[in-house]
Amino acid sequence: MPWLPAQVSTFGGEIDSIFYIILVITGIIFLLVEATLLWFAFRYRHREGRKAEHIHGNWKVEVIWTTIPFIIVIALGAMSFGPWARIKMLGRFPAPGLEIGVMASQFEWMVTYPGADGRLGTDDDFQRRNQVHIPVAQPILVHLSAEDVIHSFFLPHFRVKQDAVPGMDNQVVWFEATEPGEYELACAELCGTGHTRMRGTLVVHSAADFETWYEGATQTAN
Amino acid sequence: MATTSAHATAAAEPHHEPSFVRKYIFSTDHKVIGIQFLFMSLFFLLIGGLLAGVIRWQLGWPTNPDMPLPGGGLLPETMVNQGIVLPEFYNSAVTMHGTIMIFFAIMPLLVGVYANYLIPLQIGAPDMAFPKLNMASFWTAAPAGVIMLAGFFVAGGHSGAGWTQYPPLSANPEFSGVYMGQQLWLISMIVLGFSSLMGAVNYVTTVINMRAPGMTWFRLPLATWALFVTAVLILLAVPVLTGALILLLFDQTIGTTFFSPEYGGEPLLWQHLFWFFGHPEVYILILPAMGFVSEIIAAGSRKPIFGYHAMVLAIIAIAFLGWGVWGHHMFQSGMNPTLGMGFMATTMVIAVPSAIKVFNWLATMWRGDLHFHTPMLHAVAFVGMFVIGGLSGVFVASTPVDIFLHDTYFVVAHIHYVLFGGSLFALYAAITFWYPKMFGRMMNPLLGKLHFWLTVLFFNLTFFPMHNLGIAGMMRRIYDPNQYEFLRPMQELNTMISIAALLLIGTQLIFAFNFFWSLFRGEPAPANPWRANSLEWAAPSPPPHGNFARTPVVYRGPYEYSSPLSVEDYLPQDDPPAEGPEPVPAPATSH
Repeated sequence: MPWLPAQVSTFGGEIDSIFYIILVITGIIFLLVEATLLWFAFRYRHREGRKAEHIHGNWKVEVIWTTIPFIIVIALGAMSFGPWARIKMLGRFPAPGLEIGVMASQFEWMVTYPGADGRLGTDDDFQRRNQVHIPVAQPILVHLSAEDVIHSFFLPHFRVKQDAVPGMDNQVVWFEATEPGEYELACAELCGTGHTRMRGTLVVHSAADFETWYEGATQTAN
Repeated sequence: MATTSAHATAAAEPHHEPSFVRKYIFSTDHKVIGIQFLFMSLFFLLIGGLLAGVIRWQLGWPTNPDMPLPGGGLLPETMVNQGIVLPEFYNSAVTMHGTIMIFFAIMPLLVGVYANYLIPLQIGAPDMAFPKLNMASFWTAAPAGVIMLAGFFVAGGHSGAGWTQYPPLSANPEFSGVYMGQQLWLISMIVLGFSSLMGAVNYVTTVINMRAPGMTWFRLPLATWALFVTAVLILLAVPVLTGALILLLFDQTIGTTFFSPEYGGEPLLWQHLFWFFGHPEVYILILPAMGFVSEIIAAGSRKPIFGYHAMVLAIIAIAFLGWGVWGHHMFQSGMNPTLGMGFMATTMVIAVPSAIKVFNWLATMWRGDLHFHTPMLHAVAFVGMFVIGGLSGVFVASTPVDIFLHDTYFVVAHIHYVLFGGSLFALYAAITFWYPKMFGRMMNPLLGKLHFWLTVLFFNLTFFPMHNLGIAGMMRRIYDPNQYEFLRPMQELNTMISIAALLLIGTQLIFAFNFFWSLFRGEPAPANPWRANSLEWAAPSPPPHGNFARTPVVYRGPYEYSSPLSVEDYLPQDDPPAEGPEPVPAPATSH
C-alpha cells in the first residue's frame, strides 16, 4: 500500500514521528473500540429468552471515559506545539543560507534567485520557471507570493506546505534539505483548469555542485 | 409549559378533505413537507452520486481514450470530448459533488426531512408552530435546487472553484473561465439559506412551545434534542454564510473587491467567514445523525440509552465548542501560526464529546438483547465508521502532521468516513426505521440487508485506501495524478478504488428499488413495528392530519426498554402508569 514518501528535510523526521505516535495511539483505540463493538454485537445478539438488563447509566464510567480521551488529546496537542513553532513561526526561523522568491501563478512557479550580490530584490536577480535549485544542508528561506488565485507550495518529500495567497506578500517558508537529488514541487490548492499540471522540480545540489550551477546561472543571466 | 391552546386551535379546524394540490403540493402538514424534502433530497443524492462516478471514472482511467465515460456521449463536448472528461468539467464535477451532497442531499435529508417529520410527532404536537412558514421553507428550497442544476446548462459550465469557493478563483471569472455558472451557484446558495432559516425558526419554536403535557426537556427523545440543537446552530451559522455569499456575488457582478486583493480586499476573509459557518455546518451534518442512531440503537438493543444526560450534555458541548474550531481548516492558509496553536487546542478538545457518545452507544448495546433489523445494522455500522472518521480527525488536528496531510486524499477519506460512513449510514438507518411510519408499509427486509452488507463492503473498499493515497501525498481535486512522478505508482490503487466506488453507486439501486417498490407492495405496517417507546409510534402509520386522535400525555422518558415495571420489553412514553393515578396535567381537547 502507498505510504509516506521518503523524507529529506531536517524537520521531516519530527513530523513523521508525531504522525507515527498518533497512528499507534489511534490504532490501539480503533482496535479496542471496533473489537468491543463486534464482540457486543455477537455476544448480546437476540436469542430466545434473552432479556436486556434495565440499566440507565453510571456517572462514574462517564467521568472515566471523559477524562481519559481528554488527557490523550491534550497530550497529543502539547506534543505538536514545539515542532509547529519551529517550522512555521517567523521568530524561530534559522538564519538562511539562501533566500529565494517564489511567485505562483496560473499555472507555474516563477523562482527568483539573488544575483552576485547575494540579495533578493536587486537588479541582478535572475529567474527560473518551475525550477528550484538549492544547496544541501543549508536553511532555505522562500518568500512566497501569488499573482492571481490561491496556490499551495507543496514539497511532499520535505513535508512542506504553505498556501500562496494573492495580496499577502509577506509569506515565508523555510526548510533544509538533507539529501541531494531531484524532487517534485506540487500545487496543493485547486487553482483552476490547469491545476493538475502546475508542477515544478526542486533540485538539491551538493555544496560544490550548487556553486557550479549558481555561477553558470548568474553568468547566463548577465 | 404545555401549550394546550395550540392543540385546541388545530383541533378546532374544520375537517373537510383538502384538494390534491393542498394535500400533496402546497401542503402545510409537517409530514407531507418532510416527505417532499425526502423525495427532493433523494433525487439530489442520485445526482451527487453520478457526479462522484464521473470523478472516479477520470481518476480510475485518467484521460484514457480506451475507457470512454459511459453515457459521456449524452453530454456536450464542452464537458466530455470523445469519452474523455475535460478538466473544466472535472472541476465542476468535484465542486458540484461536494455542493450537492452537503447542501442538497445530506443536510435536507437530516434536517428538512426529519426535523419536519419527527419533531411534532415526537413531542406530541399536531403540527409545527408555523405551518405556512414550513411550506414556504420547502418551496424556497425547491427553486434553489432548480437554480443550482441550471448551472450545468449555461455557457462556461458550472462553478469549478470547489464547494468551499475560495476567492479569487471563485470571485473573478478571468481566472476560472466560469461566468454564469458561478453566479447561479451563489444565488442558489443564498436562496437555500433562507429556506434553512425558515425551517430552523420553526423547529426551535415548536420544540420550546408545543411539547405535550408531561414532555419535559429531559423526557425528549435524543433525536429531537439533536434536531433542536442543530436548528439553533443553523440559526446562528447560516446568516454568516449568506452574508459572505452576498459579498462574493458583489465581487463577481458589480466589481467590489471584498475578497480580491486588487483594492485591498482579503482572500483570507472569505475563508474565515466560510469556515465560521462551515465548521458548525459539519456538526449540523452529524448531530441529527447521532440523534437518530441513539433512538435506533436503544430500540434495537431493547435497553435504555446508556447515560441519557451525558448524551444530551455531549450534544450541547459539541454545539458550543463547534464555534471555536474553524481555524483548523486554515492551518496552512497563511493565517498567523500562533492562532493555529489555539485552534489546535480547541479542535483536540472537541474530540472528547464525540468519544463520550461512542462509549455510551457501546454501553447501550452491552447486556442488551440486540435485534439486527435493517435500521439497527445501519446504526451499528454508523458507530463503527464514525469511529474511523473521528480518529482520522486527530491526525489533521495536529498542526505539524497537517502540514503534510492538508489538502490530500487523507482529508477526502476523513470527510467521507464522517459524512457517508457517519451521516449517510445514519440516514439509511433513519429512512428504514421511520419508513413504516411515513408510508404505512414495511420495506423489504431481505433487500434491506443485501443493500446494507454490499454498501458496508464497497464503502470501505472505496474510502479506506484513500487514507493511503493521502499518506503518500496525493493532492485533492487533482484531475490527473499521473502528471506527478511520485503519484504514478498509485494508479493501480486508484483504479481499484474507482471500481469499488462504481459498485458502491450501483448498490444504491437496490435501495432505490426497495424504497419505491415497498411504497406500493410493502407489507402494511402496524402503528409500532419496532416496539419503540417515543410518541410517534403512538400515532397510526401513517399518522393522519393533526397526528394524534387526542393529545398524548407523557409519563416517562423515551427509553424505558425492558423495564421491570412492564411485562413487555418496552414501555411507551404515553402508557398510563399501572398503579395510582399520576398527577395528570390539564386535559387537552380531543378531536
